[in-house]
Amino acid sequence: MIATGLLAELPALPLHTAGKYVAAAYIVLFAMVLVYLAIISVRMSRTERELGELLERLDGDQPATPRQADREPGAER
Amino acid sequence: MASRPYGKGLRALSITTVAAMTAALALVFFYAPLEAEQGFLQKIFYVHVPLAIVSLCGFVLGGLLAIQHLRTRDSRWDMRSYVAIHMALIFGLATLITGSIWAKGSWGHWWVWNEPTLVSFLIVFLLYATYQPLRFAIEDPERQSRYASVFAVTAGAFVPLNFIAVRMSTSFLHPRTLSSTSNLPGSMGFTFLVSVVAIALLYATLCKYELTVKHTRAQVRALRRRLVAEDSPARGRSAAPSGLPEEEPRPAPGPDGLAPGGQRFGSAPGTAA
Amino acid sequence: MSTAVDGGAATAPERSEQSPARPQPAFWSTVAAVMRKELLVELRTLESVPGMSLFAVTTFVVFHFALNRGSVEGDLAAGILWVTLLFAAILGVNRLFVADADQGGFDGFLLAPVDRAAMLVAKVATLLLYLLALELVAVPAFSILLLGPSVGPALPGLLATLALGDVGVAVIGTLVAAMAVRTRSRDLLGPLLTLPLFVPIVIGGARCTAPLLEFAHRSGPSGRWLATLGVYDLVFGLLAYALFDFLLED
Repeated sequence: MIATGLLAELPALPLHTAGKYVAAAYIVLFAMVLVYLAIISVRMSRTERELGELLERLDGDQPATPRQADREPGAER
Repeated sequence: MASRPYGKGLRALSITTVAAMTAALALVFFYAPLEAEQGFLQKIFYVHVPLAIVSLCGFVLGGLLAIQHLRTRDSRWDMRSYVAIHMALIFGLATLITGSIWAKGSWGHWWVWNEPTLVSFLIVFLLYATYQPLRFAIEDPERQSRYASVFAVTAGAFVPLNFIAVRMSTSFLHPRTLSSTSNLPGSMGFTFLVSVVAIALLYATLCKYELTVKHTRAQVRALRRRLVAEDSPARGRSAAPSGLPEEEPRPAPGPDGLAPGGQRFGSAPGTAA
Repeated sequence: MSTAVDGGAATAPERSEQSPARPQPAFWSTVAAVMRKELLVELRTLESVPGMSLFAVTTFVVFHFALNRGSVEGDLAAGILWVTLLFAAILGVNRLFVADADQGGFDGFLLAPVDRAAMLVAKVATLLLYLLALELVAVPAFSILLLGPSVGPALPGLLATLALGDVGVAVIGTLVAAMAVRTRSRDLLGPLLTLPLFVPIVIGGARCTAPLLEFAHRSGPSGRWLATLGVYDLVFGLLAYALFDFLLED
């Protein structure tokens, strides 16, 4: 529906030639953002895992230590 | 000393960025009129030139942040400078790719020398591509940050000069074809402005994202070091700065072998590395 | 945590407390002293200048075979001359601080109660002299081997352009050399860092030189480009002066 709306707005164009290039350029932009998101998510999951390990370590070492209020890693300001 | 959290305001910024980018896209494809010469291909202009502008400003910003680092010796400024430059380099790469696509569409060649924005970008890109190798080649972290900051300031000053020099050199040969921002009709100008704002917000959001993640990881490392007195498993050296202000000296252990606060230093027996 | 950044001035008062009869040496005499050391070392070891000159002449020969031409003029001549000079300069830049880094010259200088910027000025001046010596060999070699038009009438403009370009090359070369010398891959990082920074000098230098080396319609260097070179030199000179301290401290 969006595509037909798009085509309705623009006059007759060699869309099959120019359109490919424009699409490619915008895809570059989105690919960049998405690749970046993927990298960040990998890093964040690693951090989450490390925090979990640390918490386990802490519990393992000192069972008597009063546990701090359980806070999710993400909620830590 | 608690470091100022970077994640604050990240959500609001992200939402604003999404709104701005959506608005920009809508304007580009539904509102901006078709250009006479290049037709539909000209729409690349709204992604290529804002990327270029934001990237250049990012490099200069990296230089300014580096000046702050050299003045205050606070490593947080170095991390901000690093992230600004890193992100500007990525945006610069996107500029080169989109510019090349535009050149191919307009002229049939993947590269043109008569477009000064593209050419000076290539030079700037080649210069900043040495930023990470430079950091990587210095092992002492304090010296690494210092030298990187000197580089960032030098390169940041270089960016506008290089731009001017290249522009002067190409004006004799051919008239500029691709990115003429001087006389844009109102609707195109408005669309362009919104696009610049959107890309700038994207840059700011991604930088903040990166800073938050880096800072969090640094805090986790510091936590690990204090709690179990060992470092994170080495995952290879990285060129990135740690980003934490220097930690306060550990309080000396009290008479019963426990540091104030009840934490034991040194690994407890039985814990595997 | 933060070290004193204001050069030698911080150390001078301390010294004068300890040894009361020690005035801080004047800036220019420090520069002269460092330069004297550099030039003496160079004269005795002949490390930099002969190598740079030989490299330039050899490169001209290579260009002859690469371009398959016996004589060049105009844009092509200017380009070949500047590219060769720049790459030969990089050889000199690479070696500029090596002795200091390897043999404790930095520490010695830092301990002395002198203004640290003096080292920058001395090194820049030394590199400038090396470049002038290089050009004394390279320009005649170029005019004999490759240049079509005669070089005589072009000399004044050429010398002015070369002078301005050399100052820029010397400033940037010294700054980058100081950055690169104490890293792990100094021989690689030096050229990688300097070449993009040299591009505006190449642009200005080649644009000024090209009209000088034409057979017909020979004209002088454009004032516009000379001014550009001058501004570039000035900006980077000031920048290097401001930043050099940060590279020296340890």
